Amino acid sequence: MFAYIVRRILYALPILFAVNLLTFVLFFVVNSPDEMARLQLGLKRVTPEAIQSWKESHGYHKPLLYNESPAFGNRFTDTIFFDKSVKLFLFDFGNADNGRNIGYDISQRMWPSLAIAVPVLIVGVLLNITFAMLMAFFRASYIDYAGVVLCVILMSISSLFYIIGGQFLISKLLHLVPISGYDNNPMEAMKFLLLPVIIGVIGGIGSGTRWYRTIFLEEMGKDYVRTARAKGLGENLVLFKHVLKNAMIPILTGVVVVLPLLFMGSLITESFFGIPGLGSYTIDAIQSQDFAIVRSMVFLGSALYILGLVLTDISYTLVDPRIRLG
Amino acid sequence: MLVSCGESAWNNPYPETDKGKNILYSSFSERPKHLDPARSYSSNEVVFTGQIYETPLQYHYLKRPYQLIPLTAVAIPEARYFDSQDKPLLATANVDRIAYTLYDIEILPGIQYQPHPAFAKDNNGNYRYLDLTEPDLRDKFTLADFSDSGSRELLAEDYVYQIKRLAHPKLSSPILGLMSEYIDGLGEYAVTLKQAETQLQQEKGDGARLDLRDYDLSGVQVLGPYRYRVKIKGKYPQFLYWLAMPFFAPIPYEADLFYQQIGMDKKNLTLDWYPVGTGPYLLSENNPNLRMTLEKNPNFHGETYPTEGEPGDAEQGLLADAGQALPLIDKVVYSLEKEDIPSWNKFLQGYYDASGINSDSFDQAISFSSHGDPTLSESMREKGINLLTGVGTSTFYMGFNMRDPVLGGLGDTARKLRQAISIALDYEEYISIFLNGRGITAQGPIPPGIFGFKDGAEGINPVVFDWVDGKIQRKSLTQAKRLLVEAGYPNGREAKTGKPLLIYFDTTTSGPDDKARLDWFRKQFQRIDVQLEVRGTDYNRFQDKILKGTAQMFGWGWNADYPDPENFLFLLYGPNAKVEKNGENAANYANPNFDKLFERMKNMDNGPERQKVIDTMVQIVRDDSPWIWGLHPLQYGLNHAWYKNAKPNLMANNSMKYKRIDPELRDRLRQEWNTPVTWPVWALVLVLLLGLVPALVVHRRKTHAVGVLH
Repeated sequence: MFAYIVRRILYALPILFAVNLLTFVLFFVVNSPDEMARLQLGLKRVTPEAIQSWKESHGYHKPLLYNESPAFGNRFTDTIFFDKSVKLFLFDFGNADNGRNIGYDISQRMWPSLAIAVPVLIVGVLLNITFAMLMAFFRASYIDYAGVVLCVILMSISSLFYIIGGQFLISKLLHLVPISGYDNNPMEAMKFLLLPVIIGVIGGIGSGTRWYRTIFLEEMGKDYVRTARAKGLGENLVLFKHVLKNAMIPILTGVVVVLPLLFMGSLITESFFGIPGLGSYTIDAIQSQDFAIVRSMVFLGSALYILGLVLTDISYTLVDPRIRLG
Repeated sequence: MLVSCGESAWNNPYPETDKGKNILYSSFSERPKHLDPARSYSSNEVVFTGQIYETPLQYHYLKRPYQLIPLTAVAIPEARYFDSQDKPLLATANVDRIAYTLYDIEILPGIQYQPHPAFAKDNNGNYRYLDLTEPDLRDKFTLADFSDSGSRELLAEDYVYQIKRLAHPKLSSPILGLMSEYIDGLGEYAVTLKQAETQLQQEKGDGARLDLRDYDLSGVQVLGPYRYRVKIKGKYPQFLYWLAMPFFAPIPYEADLFYQQIGMDKKNLTLDWYPVGTGPYLLSENNPNLRMTLEKNPNFHGETYPTEGEPGDAEQGLLADAGQALPLIDKVVYSLEKEDIPSWNKFLQGYYDASGINSDSFDQAISFSSHGDPTLSESMREKGINLLTGVGTSTFYMGFNMRDPVLGGLGDTARKLRQAISIALDYEEYISIFLNGRGITAQGPIPPGIFGFKDGAEGINPVVFDWVDGKIQRKSLTQAKRLLVEAGYPNGREAKTGKPLLIYFDTTTSGPDDKARLDWFRKQFQRIDVQLEVRGTDYNRFQDKILKGTAQMFGWGWNADYPDPENFLFLLYGPNAKVEKNGENAANYANPNFDKLFERMKNMDNGPERQKVIDTMVQIVRDDSPWIWGLHPLQYGLNHAWYKNAKPNLMANNSMKYKRIDPELRDRLRQEWNTPVTWPVWALVLVLLLGLVPALVVHRRKTHAVGVLH
């Protein structure tokens, strides 16, 4: 397995390089260093000298990808792309264009994101599996039909509606929890997290339950289930011991791959609930044309996604003894 | 339930320990980019910097028109004029003779800085934290992690140090370009600092610290511990207004050297995020992604609430605290609220003390009387909420590119075309439909509250309006169409070729939310048979078009830096054009008569003579119509009954110190308004439990089913 992991990490390097290059090209197709400087300096009284000074102090005065002037060896290294990219591979994100240290900001902002994402994932998966198994148990009954209709209704409602409706009902009308806010003290933070977690879970029930129900129904049609029933096992035992265990592979695929991405947070939830997470970090950076943050977050997102895929592969070996990574 | 069951309401977002305390709660929607006074220029930044830093001058909180008064200065500095031979001149001397102006600024002794580790000293009197290495910073993440702090007296050299910082190559101060035109030697100083920094980098690498005390700036001089001098090229009376802006706040060299130490920026320990001032508040918590907290500066030198205001202030209770020691509030908590809905609801629940009114909540908050005057809605009045209105010292206009071959130029044809469009675009309707009436139609570039503005019949723009029966009335479309014919476009078609007149409007707002507004613009043009094509573009392309002068029509705005007509009329000054000169004259308007009068007006003192010149200038631009004058926004604010001394002051950045709250009343009303309602939760639990019954029945039937063989 070790050789497999090393090989996957080596495969990841050209992918990360390509993602970084693509981000760079896409960003600078839309924005020029002059425009970045103008936006950072404010909208009033910005002089060409101030723009030049900003570019020099932030390292944007060099050519983008290819520098014709220096010695041949430096033609690719004395560029914005090289300067801004090389440290990324050491996970040194440097400073944002507004002066803030990106690594420090990420380390501060990922915890509130995780504080919502982790309970939503755990409670959501458990609840979805429970509902899906219930529906599978009562398959082709009115309970199953009603459950499917309810799931479709839940899936059809926008997540924004859940948030605004939840805030209106729970916080504004019933006065049960604060509408928005956060606290770094975990105990104090609970009252702020309750509503976004409930809404996150409810918002995901429709699609999650239907997805797991499909998996369970597929498993329940297989021969080993028929054999289990034929040898006289009760329905509860068949479902919880055999079907659930065998359905873990597709469930794990879906869950483990998103684990590393939980750091990245949710834009809408965090905005409406005032959670100081990473959800809006990239969007804010795109709006303020802060390339340093954009490239760092895209790089981090790619790296975490690759990590998620590797973890998924590893998790297969844990739930399916037939799989060996070599 | 996870919420606490103490006395405080369950939905209270603040800690229980805050109860009864003299704390003001407010919000901000966008994190401030800069808190360094050399870089900060946005209104959402001065909300903080204005309370922390103290400039030599400030605006009187209550008096109108806006009036400068001393803050840390002993008195308003007097301008002394000199000719090129260094001979003193009288204040009435011809501007052409004035080679330079001297301002000697004397500050009050005994003012202390807020506690800060940069001032901390060891037993030998040496600074503790000005010679740190990276390992020393290993366990330092905020200023609170430095065990010691100190303070020292505010000195004139700190103001001089900050003026030097405006030229620092790493700071890219937004006003360096402008101030280099006025402060003697500042432009050259920027070049010197840049060279010095490059040399230092080469010699010492990343650890190099640029100590500005080693480099003299000719235009600024320390005359003593409490006195400094600024030398201005020529005459620039508006300089006094700049002395009330945070750009000219003091920075102690210790703080600058402290933050320049290697490793500080990796911990986000910079002057841009941890200001050091002498003002009534210090920034005790800086987490712009969540909350920013100002707390009373224990070293504040003391100031008292004004004892006089304008007529009516006493009746409104605005002088109730006259003579009281400032600040009146101990702590201010600003929470980040990116979305309007939670922010508005928290205001209604009493968790924010004051609020603006967004479009979505306007109808809930405001109703209009039979005379069309805005009043609070019944539900707001029941809560004891107060409404404050004020006309913003801003202008939002639609500009014509004066370099455009169709719309531009001072010729009769294009001028009449612009005038016709100006009449057709009914801004009264725009304000009514899209701004809920929150604006007044502009009659020229100068907004109300600024010297030079005229109200009533004598203030109307005769090109677009008539004064009929004591009321302002927009000219008819017939007159607009007549002007169009005179411009050579009868029925909206070019007379010579018969081609329809098509005008392009560039805007950055072209999303689905803006569709109604842009459709309205098109409809306005159609009323005079002119076609308008909206070119939606992103911010960068838009800026590029304006800089290159390739846009034909565009929307633009300006918010006053200071209450002087020069700050608005310079937007139409020819040498200040966007194209080629990179100025703020986005329309690229250039009229030699206007420019000549501007050069005269900008150096004049307010008075009848200046008013006369301004009237002539305004008349010229009204006639040339380089802008459709647009609107001046009307700002509406709401505050709760416990929030006192609220008076809109659009110039003062440091007005927090005058505000007062009644925490007892706030606590009582919050409790009253936020009683938890729990029965729906229990009802839901009951419904779910009942819903389980049929499921259990089916389950029992399935698991106990007996197979029957036939």
